[in-house]
Amino acid sequence: MSQLVQGLGDGMVIAKRNLIKIKRVPDLLVFSTLSPIMFVLLFAYVFGSAIEIPGVSYREFLMAGIFTQTMLFGSTTTGSQLAVDIQRGIVDRFRSLPMARSAVLVGRTTSDLVNNVLVIAIMSATGLIVGWRIRSSVPEALAGFGLLLLFAYAFSWVMAVVGLAVRSPEVFNNASFIAIFPLTFIANTFVGTDNLPGPLKVFAEWNPISAVTQAARELFGNTNPSVPPPDAWPLQRPVLASLLWIAVILVVFVPMAIQRYKKAVSR
Amino acid sequence: MKYAIEATGLVKRYGPVVALDGLDLSVPEGTVTGLLGPNGAGKTTAVRIFTTLLVPDAGQARVGGLDVVTEADRLREIIGLSGQYAAVDEDLTGFENLDLVGRLYHLGRRASRERARELLEQFDLVDAADRSVKGYSGGMRRRLDLAGALVARPPLLFLDEPTTGLDLRSRLAMWETIAELVAAGSTLLLTTQYLEEADRLADQVAVIDRGRVIASGSTDELKKLVGGERFELTVSRVDELATARAVLAPLAVGEIAVDEQARTITVPVTGGPAMLTDGLRRLDEVSVQVLDIGLRRPTLDDVFLTLTGHSAQDEPPQGEATTTEGHSDRAKQEKERAR
Repeated sequence: MSQLVQGLGDGMVIAKRNLIKIKRVPDLLVFSTLSPIMFVLLFAYVFGSAIEIPGVSYREFLMAGIFTQTMLFGSTTTGSQLAVDIQRGIVDRFRSLPMARSAVLVGRTTSDLVNNVLVIAIMSATGLIVGWRIRSSVPEALAGFGLLLLFAYAFSWVMAVVGLAVRSPEVFNNASFIAIFPLTFIANTFVGTDNLPGPLKVFAEWNPISAVTQAARELFGNTNPSVPPPDAWPLQRPVLASLLWIAVILVVFVPMAIQRYKKAVSR
Repeated sequence: MKYAIEATGLVKRYGPVVALDGLDLSVPEGTVTGLLGPNGAGKTTAVRIFTTLLVPDAGQARVGGLDVVTEADRLREIIGLSGQYAAVDEDLTGFENLDLVGRLYHLGRRASRERARELLEQFDLVDAADRSVKGYSGGMRRRLDLAGALVARPPLLFLDEPTTGLDLRSRLAMWETIAELVAAGSTLLLTTQYLEEADRLADQVAVIDRGRVIASGSTDELKKLVGGERFELTVSRVDELATARAVLAPLAVGEIAVDEQARTITVPVTGGPAMLTDGLRRLDEVSVQVLDIGLRRPTLDDVFLTLTGHSAQDEPPQGEATTTEGHSDRAKQEKERAR
């Protein structure tokens, strides 16, 4: 028990260090919020006129998708910043200190969560400006935001494993971009899944991104009750499916990331 | 005698590359030991094993009486490490960097801050304390990194190439700082590529090549093996050689070598640059025309040549006066390439 408390304490010391860095080098935050704003505007005004979603306006449909995609991109910070810390030898120093083995990862994922909270706030404001509305209750809306952030937090641990494996921020950025783009596009984020060709449709329906997006859509009240969701289990019960995905990701990737961290050395 | 570090038969491979090939090392408590060797000899790998960053493939090591693999958690409480590259956070201030380390050693909020202030004072970084490290010079970063290793006053210190990449002035300042630490009685393991550095700071030296210790002893013993400083000069005419030799004879501490073909004379001396001035004055008095003159100190290359028959970098030894500076530039380039 005291080990757990100490581990969390060390994690918070690291998180505080990371947050000081956000304050001092605001570029990262500026760009991680500018790109979702750009996405909202592009999709809303360019595709918004061309894409028809039955029963609901495209701008309302779009926002949950953009939220999920942006959260995922936000979670890549975990991997790239870990790679930077390894490359600069800072992880070597941390690993020679009598601190908890989980602390650097707990701290990193926590500060990236804080970063994501800021990002989601800015995006929501942008969405409200272009006509997005929350049509559910306050508790449901909060649950929607909570679910998005929780999913991003879990995904941070996946990115931690990748970042610790590649150990170079440049390689990490390319690799994560290639992985995340198809993952967020072969889903119900920007278009409906019904008209996708066979294998893509199956992938999209079982993609965790789709479950989270569908859940957020429902929790924000951006769906039309008269248009039922696609006939796939994760999309029929999206909140449950999302929570299951989050649990599975954490159970698999948290121990894997800590194991990798224990062996991480520069070069 | 009690040993602070005892390693036997350490082996570490990275794929096909053998970084350590049966390294044996004992470091007595309260001493400064220099691990001397060229790039890629296995110095950093050894330090990483002693500081629990790497697990050896074979062999055993005890540091401060604790096994580096099975008792790693307890071991981390009694060591301090300052790495090859200054592992300080560029975006934090000097104070924040040290306070961070203090908190992670669990000193407590207040004690950690006090210790950070104390170290900034000790390392002459008070003026820069609240500036972000981005603006620090190379020497300042190294000092801050070293201060980081001292936060918890660990009885055992590891410094991995503390002056590689520093200019001469910062290097001298760093030596002074380390010498003060040493005088305070810590046990220190220091890796270096510079014989001069080991000579300045270490009580005993272990020369390491291709993952093994190939010689160990005091720096005096090592220097006796390779010889000391040499005064080298080239004269313009062959008939001046005899005159030059005669006037320089009083300065020699060993046999003078004359090469008629190259018109050079090599005089073993002690006394450093002052000797150079003295020699020049003597030559001037007898009007000998000097084409080239220099003071040559033994380098790691000389040690390697003597011990192994090959040079440290596996290149032909340089005939021109090789100073430690020439060596450091090359080492720096190689490091940068490796990054």
